[in-house]
Amino acid sequence: MYDIAIIGCGVIGAATAYALSHYEAKTVVLEAENDVADCTTKANSAILHAGYDPEPGTRMAELNVTGVAMAKEICAKLDVPYKQCGSLVLALQDSDVPHIEKLYKNGVANGVPDIQLLTADEVKAIEPHVIDTVKGALYAPSAAIVSPWEYALAMIEVAVRNGVELRRSSAVKSMKKIDGGFELETATGTVQARYVVNAAGIKAEAIHAMLGTPRFHIHPTRGEYYLLDKSEGARANHVIFQCPNELGKGVLVSPTVHGNLIVGPDAVRVEGDDTSCTSQGLEFVKTTAQRSIPDINFGESIRNFAGVRANVDVDDFVIEEAADVPGLIDLAGMKSPGLSSAPAIAREAVKILASKDILGAEKTNYKDGRRHIRFKELSPEEKALLIAENPAYGRVICRCETITEAEILHAIHSEVPATTIDGVKRRCNAGMGRCQGGFCGPRVLELLSRELGISPMEVLQDKAGTNVLVQETKIGGKNHD
Amino acid sequence: MIDLIIVGGGPAGLAAACKAWESGLRDILIIERDKELGGILNQCIHNGFGLHRFNEQLTGPEYAGKFEAMLADTGVKVWLDTMVLDVTPDKKVCCVSKERGYQVLQAKSIILGMGCRERTRGAIGIPGTRPAGIYTAGAAQRYANMEGYLVGKRVLILGSGDIGLIMARRMTLEGAKVLACVEVMPYSGGLTRNIVQCLNDFDIPLYLSHTIVDIQGKNRVEKAIVAEVGPDRKPIPGTEMEFDCDCILLSVGLIPENELTRQAGIEMDPHTKGAVVYENMETSIPGVFACGNVLQVHDLVDFVSAESERAGESAAAYVKHGETKPGKVLTLQTGADVGYTVPQRIRVENVEKAVSISFRVRRNIGVSAIKVTCGDQVLASYKRERMAPGEMEHIAMPRVLLDKAAGDTLTVSVEEA
Repeated sequence: MYDIAIIGCGVIGAATAYALSHYEAKTVVLEAENDVADCTTKANSAILHAGYDPEPGTRMAELNVTGVAMAKEICAKLDVPYKQCGSLVLALQDSDVPHIEKLYKNGVANGVPDIQLLTADEVKAIEPHVIDTVKGALYAPSAAIVSPWEYALAMIEVAVRNGVELRRSSAVKSMKKIDGGFELETATGTVQARYVVNAAGIKAEAIHAMLGTPRFHIHPTRGEYYLLDKSEGARANHVIFQCPNELGKGVLVSPTVHGNLIVGPDAVRVEGDDTSCTSQGLEFVKTTAQRSIPDINFGESIRNFAGVRANVDVDDFVIEEAADVPGLIDLAGMKSPGLSSAPAIAREAVKILASKDILGAEKTNYKDGRRHIRFKELSPEEKALLIAENPAYGRVICRCETITEAEILHAIHSEVPATTIDGVKRRCNAGMGRCQGGFCGPRVLELLSRELGISPMEVLQDKAGTNVLVQETKIGGKNHD
Repeated sequence: MIDLIIVGGGPAGLAAACKAWESGLRDILIIERDKELGGILNQCIHNGFGLHRFNEQLTGPEYAGKFEAMLADTGVKVWLDTMVLDVTPDKKVCCVSKERGYQVLQAKSIILGMGCRERTRGAIGIPGTRPAGIYTAGAAQRYANMEGYLVGKRVLILGSGDIGLIMARRMTLEGAKVLACVEVMPYSGGLTRNIVQCLNDFDIPLYLSHTIVDIQGKNRVEKAIVAEVGPDRKPIPGTEMEFDCDCILLSVGLIPENELTRQAGIEMDPHTKGAVVYENMETSIPGVFACGNVLQVHDLVDFVSAESERAGESAAAYVKHGETKPGKVLTLQTGADVGYTVPQRIRVENVEKAVSISFRVRRNIGVSAIKVTCGDQVLASYKRERMAPGEMEHIAMPRVLLDKAAGDTLTVSVEEA
């Protein structure tokens, strides 16, 4: 029997696993998809909020501010792309000014560091592409951008290195209370655990409902995005928000850690994990963003995507041992600022479990830290040295992002190995660029097939069932009717 | 110090190298990122190449083979499986390979021949889910012709670019059902001969002024919804058609691959998305030339070869004789119905007999005249029976007429009869 089973390996599950891996407790992570960070964590704004949004006094306010500070340390320690670029909330019209003043007061009350109100001229000086009629802005220097999937991956990798067991493609189908814990039926077999941590994102309500009656209801809310080419990456220097108005919450424009520009999201209630894009949604995102930065060149779009966030009908995060199911710890309703708060939320989960006397001793031989070689970012001397050591760094497979064969092989053989084309993409950026894998896709497919010892026909783009190839050619006309 | 480095060993690089050698250069290096020369021709196993150039129908690999054979008779050096990471304004070329590691080479002259890439779904923002089964036509072509796999059995093609048309036939011949080809514009983006031979001959319908408005399917594509578009290219409600397909191939345009060009600080043309060049294919950096699809997207490889030979010849002249004196420079601008021109600038004194100007029209046009004017002055006029955006136009502008230009600007325009 495991001491703890974490259900879900998005950023919340991964952060919890990372925190728990410091203790002797025997922990397993059950992920429904064939890879980690494959739902909400991979499709969001990729920003860490400074923490002026939540109402002072809420757990959200406290965990957001603490979480962002922790994220900075974790990203440095685990070599996760992170940049503290700061954020601006623009006042686009006079009626927005009281709103940014209120956010300023919130920020001060929440302990957001170095927050300040800027005049229109000050805004234009640091963001020249912002609309000329801007009235002012709230500036929060502690806001940051991050690679959310690499953040989650890095944390689960280190957790796995330190003894946490990760089972992918292991959707929990049912759970029951047994003597001294729970029994979980998963897609890959039965698991018994004394405590269950519910970090199942948009499925958190359904997971809780397997054992009891949750006090919260998840309302999956879809947001659509544009991702623009690096040629547009300098259009914004900060995460640029708008004030909510009669048209909605506004959309953000932000650089990404990879040098692109991200624009979005809208917010539409959907059923389940409907991540389709719509022409109305994309049009809304485009026109709303142009209120902040009129000259964004959407002709440089390289991808549209949508993510579903786990909005919830209670005002705060749900971080608690379920009142109706002792031993079940809910980490639910991780809407924004869930990504920002993740490590602080994990720490809360650890506190709850510590009170159950389940964690055991802290490990003395903990192997922390992580180094990720990004060939593109190295100096000429470092590049030369690296190729001399390992010639596979001399073959560039992804032309747009300059990702080498060695980096792809490393992704396929990492501590949480990539088994799909998108899994490779999330680990080393191959296929993230302007051609969107048109060129490197077949090469990555070939490497996966070779390294995993599977037929090219079996190689997946992403989730189960997303096979790229459907049949062989040239089999003596057998394909004809 | 190397006399000439050619970035790219596709049709542009091959023709440029052969011609530079023929013009007397002896220290030439082609750097190719793939494991073999020939570029995209290697996956183009259909015929139709070489009609202009060799007066015969060749397949892509055969066409490349002709140039590779010519190259074999020269002393041109070739580095395969080598990626150029950077080209600097002072003509240093940084590249990496497994075999040679990280190298920085100093060149006297450089020819850029990196070709182009395909526009993707993200570039045109097709709504719907994001399942497997949506590929650019070129990626599907690579899988089919080089790897031996099909990416779908029931196929819808979006865009009527030539690769999409070729793949409609190719997938059909491999036993897939190609349901339709859908084109948002009121005219095809591909060559007429490909419409006839790849769609009509196989009874594959072409829907002009239509586009995909929704893609459905969770893991693989299951359905595509197609609607007619109005003159504003917006879908017309009520015109939707459903296609049950497991695959969508995109043939929605090609983009010159100019990352190295931009990094080097070379002046770009927003219309061609390639470098601005003079009459001899020289870019804004003296001694750096561009040719083939990295300069402007061509329909026929034959014209890529011709353009690249000009670049090869010019690079040789640069190495031997130094910089071209500017003298009188004419700037070309686009008039009615003309999308762009290549070259964009002409140094009149550097034109021996005539300069070849290529361009595309913006719409289908019947009997008409191409006019080259300088202010009110009509310098030249060329008759055409018909012109289409999918077919590149070429005119030869004689030096004697260039000399007559009273101003600094030439306008190329089309007058319909």
